[in-house]
Amino acid sequence: MARLTINGEIRDIEVAPETPLLWALREQAGLTGTKFGCGIAQCGACTVLIDGVATRSCALPASAVGPDQQILTVEGLSNDATHPIQQAWLALDVPQCGYCQAGMIMAAAALLNSTPTPTDDDISAEITNICRCGTYNRVRAAIKLAAETMSASRKG
Amino acid sequence: MTVAALSRRRFLIGTAAAAGGFSLGFHLPFAAQAQEREAILPEVNAWVLIHPDDTVVIRIARSEMGQGTLTGLAQLVAEELECDWSKVTTEYPTPGESLRRNRIWGNFSTGGSRGIRESHEYVRQGGAAAREMLIAAAATLWKVPEAECSAASSIITHNPSGRSVTYGAVASLAAHMQPPADVRLKDPKVWKIAGKPLPRLDTRDKLTGKQVYGVDLQLPGMLNASIRACPVFGGKVASFDAAAVSGMPGVRKVVQVDETAVAVVADTWWQAHSALLALPIVWDEGPNENVTSQSIAEMLKEGLEAEDAVIGTRIGDVRTELAGDVKLVSATYSYPYQHHATMEPMNATALYTTERCEAWVPTQNGEASLSLVAEVSGLPIEQCDVHKLHLGGGFGRRGWHQEYLRQAVILAKAFPGSPVKLIWSREEDMLHGAYHPVTQCRLRAALNKNGEVTAFHMRISGQSILWPLRAEVRETGRDPAVFQGLNDGGSEGAFGYTISNLLIDHAMRNPPVPPGFWRGVNLNQNALYVECFVDELAHEAGIDPLEFRRKLLVDNPKHLAVLEAVAERVGWGKPAENGIHRGLAQIMGFGSYVAAAAEVSVTGGELRIHRIVAATDTGHIVNPAQAERQVEGSFAYGLSACLFGECTIDGGRVEQENFDTYEVMRMDQMPAVETILVPSGDFWGGVGEPTIAVAGPAVLNAVFAATGKRVRQLPLKNNSLAV
Ligand code: FES
Ligand code: FES
Repeated sequence: MARLTINGEIRDIEVAPETPLLWALREQAGLTGTKFGCGIAQCGACTVLIDGVATRSCALPASAVGPDQQILTVEGLSNDATHPIQQAWLALDVPQCGYCQAGMIMAAAALLNSTPTPTDDDISAEITNICRCGTYNRVRAAIKLAAETMSASRKG
Repeated sequence: MTVAALSRRRFLIGTAAAAGGFSLGFHLPFAAQAQEREAILPEVNAWVLIHPDDTVVIRIARSEMGQGTLTGLAQLVAEELECDWSKVTTEYPTPGESLRRNRIWGNFSTGGSRGIRESHEYVRQGGAAAREMLIAAAATLWKVPEAECSAASSIITHNPSGRSVTYGAVASLAAHMQPPADVRLKDPKVWKIAGKPLPRLDTRDKLTGKQVYGVDLQLPGMLNASIRACPVFGGKVASFDAAAVSGMPGVRKVVQVDETAVAVVADTWWQAHSALLALPIVWDEGPNENVTSQSIAEMLKEGLEAEDAVIGTRIGDVRTELAGDVKLVSATYSYPYQHHATMEPMNATALYTTERCEAWVPTQNGEASLSLVAEVSGLPIEQCDVHKLHLGGGFGRRGWHQEYLRQAVILAKAFPGSPVKLIWSREEDMLHGAYHPVTQCRLRAALNKNGEVTAFHMRISGQSILWPLRAEVRETGRDPAVFQGLNDGGSEGAFGYTISNLLIDHAMRNPPVPPGFWRGVNLNQNALYVECFVDELAHEAGIDPLEFRRKLLVDNPKHLAVLEAVAERVGWGKPAENGIHRGLAQIMGFGSYVAAAAEVSVTGGELRIHRIVAATDTGHIVNPAQAERQVEGSFAYGLSACLFGECTIDGGRVEQENFDTYEVMRMDQMPAVETILVPSGDFWGGVGEPTIAVAGPAVLNAVFAATGKRVRQLPLKNNSLAV
């Protein structure tokens, strides 16, 4: 059993303690937006935020996350695509197959938390997720667009 | 809301919502679905359904895997239908329904960049016929001649009186109208929806986690499975100790699947996979346990000189010319096995009862999936069906080699009445691919005093994808796919260079590693061989590589046009920035003409690809925005292959099991890509694949310009260059 705070909601999850957070989210919490790609923290498809920091949930036991830590999944960013990052993705029509995109979006969310106006080098260094369809350049452009709208709304 | 009521409403909304319905955990047997739909929703014809609220549902038979075919095909139907694009949604008909209706939706296979170029005509006819039936319905209602009515943006107007009615209001009547005997399709010049850079129809759900991929499917009472097949190709299960794991949490059963694999079925996938990892299995490794990359390379090398070879193209007399008083240039290239590495691992879900078997599969070929379900379930095909789900990447992997579906059906048979979802781990996926086949190539050419190519011999030695699939290939030793892009004419992939003595032949050598269709197929290897070697020839002749190709392409202006387009845009012939070097490549494949120019720098043994300019002539373009994305993506895929892609074999198995050892391109390595679309308008070429083929050679030719070194053994990372 694990007590987790997922997307602002405290949930008691029936799961063996060593189960990776990814599978607890997908199979017990029913949040399948977070994807399985490699299982060894290589591809980033499973990226969620824990207390605002991008975390590859496939390589983290559910029991290692405390009940006070805030887990944010793509469903929690907004479920109607209204978050500025999702809006930027929508405006640039970024996804191809889309499978990597939740991970990309969450990695971008973490980057924009820590670095509100990232440079190209920041983006290259921080977004190490794999996209086999090759959306990298549009992901980069969407991160910049989201940074702009988010900083405009902070000022406004 | 009851489940039934919910399901009915869900069903009306289209593909995405229907998939959402699965995730809510209801399931209707197919016949009930069809009746329900007929009762509620009039089908104007097989391609078009229209709701009373004017929502248009367009049926798409091909599979969406990221390439945008769903949106493109819908645009073509909507263009002829004259409907309001903002009201368009889509759904996949099932292959079983298609079979029952005499294959009314044609071919479901989605590969070879054929989605649009092979079905554009009949889907447009479907849209046009529906439009005519809607007009006929309105005319009947108004008791006026059809010729006095016209349709635009989902509204039919009686021109003399100005009366109008929306599609939704006459759709049920239209369904009873006689389909027109024949329809005239619009001239692409007047297209308003097709040909336009419209956003994709399937983006939003991919941003919120709502898009249901195969791995996400939830059905009531569903069990989950993880599997291991013998990692050595051709090996079998000798024994396994089920008792060692049967007490583990959630485990339902350990099941042997065919002779080759063992699966654990459990309540959740993680439970199944944990037990599988703990399961002692002894393999009988079979006849291939000593096969290595080295032994395969030797086998192919012998084919480079073998007397016996199948001729693809022969013009003039190459051998005599090469033996004459000429400057001889020769080089040998090799290309490794590569893996598709789709981001979504292989998976399938199946539900079996003694009367019926259904599967939910991310498939590139729904009809192939359906016959496999029938074959493995042992039920008549009429009692089977396949529900297609969007693919988390396909790249050719999920068309013909659907062992995961076979396995899922076998597992479902062990649990009649309970759906079983099988997901391959990444390791299983890497070890059991349908690999981009291994080939080697020896090229020899003769240059005369003017630097003209007077003879060109290209000998390919290596594996055939079609050999395991087609009897006639096994009988004749001739695999047409091997000659992609090298054909003497034709509309699919013609060799662009005019050389008076030309010989292209193939010595088939089939190592025991299963080959498959990999985005771009053999065009990738062939373009790399030809375009790098032509660059070598230009260098040997002391002629600029663009000028050299111009002369050879005199008879093929379309090949030349795309090359000129990239050369001009990249600034060929003008000085580049300090440290930047350029390379070019062109080829024709999948019915399209493509070229690329690359700008690279090499500093301290480290390669950086700064910029790619790509041009493609696909004849017509249905959605330029999506075509651009495909071209851009094809450089991520093609350059991953060129720089890193390699499955090595040792002990009869693939050594790379995950992304830690199977490197692919990431954000920091991705160059800027500028796409030039030059649709010349009189044919229909493919988009998803062809530009991959020019990615590698354009970069390798630029690497030569930068370093003076030829990279002939792929991938590039093995040539003491870091990326
Ligand atoms: S699935 Fe977690 S990083 Fe790949
Ligand atoms: S969009 Fe397909 S893997 Fe990224």
